[in-house]
Amino acid sequence: MGPLIPNEIIDINWNFLIALIVGIGFGFILESAGFSSSRKLAGVFYGYDFVVLRVFFTAAVTAAIGLYYFSYFEWIDLSMIYINPLYLKSNLIGGAIMGLGFIIGGFCPGTGVCAAMIGKIDAMVFLGGIFIGIFIFGETYEFLWQEIHMDTFMGTPLVFDSLGISSALFILGLTAAALIAFFITAKIVKKVKPVDY
Amino acid sequence: MENTIEDKQRKYMNPYLAGFLLGLTIIFAFYFTGRGLGASGAVKSAVVATVDAVAHDHAMDSDYYAPYASKEESPLRAWLVFEVLGVMIGALISGILAGRLKLKIEHSPKITSKTRLLMATLGGILFGVGSQLGRGCTSGAALSGMATLSTAGFLSMIGIFGTGYVFAYFFRKFWI
Repeated sequence: MGPLIPNEIIDINWNFLIALIVGIGFGFILESAGFSSSRKLAGVFYGYDFVVLRVFFTAAVTAAIGLYYFSYFEWIDLSMIYINPLYLKSNLIGGAIMGLGFIIGGFCPGTGVCAAMIGKIDAMVFLGGIFIGIFIFGETYEFLWQEIHMDTFMGTPLVFDSLGISSALFILGLTAAALIAFFITAKIVKKVKPVDY
Repeated sequence: MENTIEDKQRKYMNPYLAGFLLGLTIIFAFYFTGRGLGASGAVKSAVVATVDAVAHDHAMDSDYYAPYASKEESPLRAWLVFEVLGVMIGALISGILAGRLKLKIEHSPKITSKTRLLMATLGGILFGVGSQLGRGCTSGAALSGMATLSTAGFLSMIGIFGTGYVFAYFFRKFWI
């Protein structure tokens, strides 16, 4: 039963090779879908291109359905996979700072790597910016961030538990929300003035 | 004009197919390794490795660097570093196959290349800070976090994209 490496079904020495393979798939898909163009990515905020929403939402729904079916068939033990810890304040404030970075810089780290690899100079300096940002965070951690970084820890809750509904009902609702979002954004994109990029 | 846009779009993979394949990649990652995708973590490893190499005592003194700098192995021997090396290879292969390899600064005609580079740097700095405070970026915190249905993943997604929408109006001339 999975996860195979934590369960020692596959030797830990394969871990980095699998990381490389996962990354190749991730990078290939992002670049193929057009995530190496900042103006295509930014379209999601202005209504002229919703590729981010389509890819992102489809991937999240596919992965969630897949993982919960894997669990249902007892192919994977979901209690052994990494669940992001919930630190309410730093989750939201960190997310907000990243959102501002997204609308100003036009990339997120993963898409920035893809864009830099196909020659986007703006993506290369974006990655340099991330390096500087993390360095600034590290150097100012103790007196600026540590308190808020560690504040309001609430364990590793799952969203359907937080909402008080079953996992199946939540996934059904998420899938429905995705389909509605795809339908509505397809209408919006027709109404918005096209942008040539 | 519309034709050129459509021609360009045709070169890209269908977004729903891309999303489906990305979903399968995430399932593959969790099934094999118990963890999802990421990106900012690799840059963090690079920062820690650099600080550790230049000023080891300083790194050991810091609550932020010390947990990574104190290990026997280099901070660069990390899962996400190898994963991001893969991202580089995968993106390069896709770019070559689609004929998109080209050195350029992409920006709206309303701004100069110099402005775009400044904004990209500033955006990167913000993403660097935010990803550390928020324990991961769009891939690790939001996408993989949503895939496992973690509450934190959904909050990260809302934080990132919600703020993007709030500020989109003020930065519109950089994009449209």
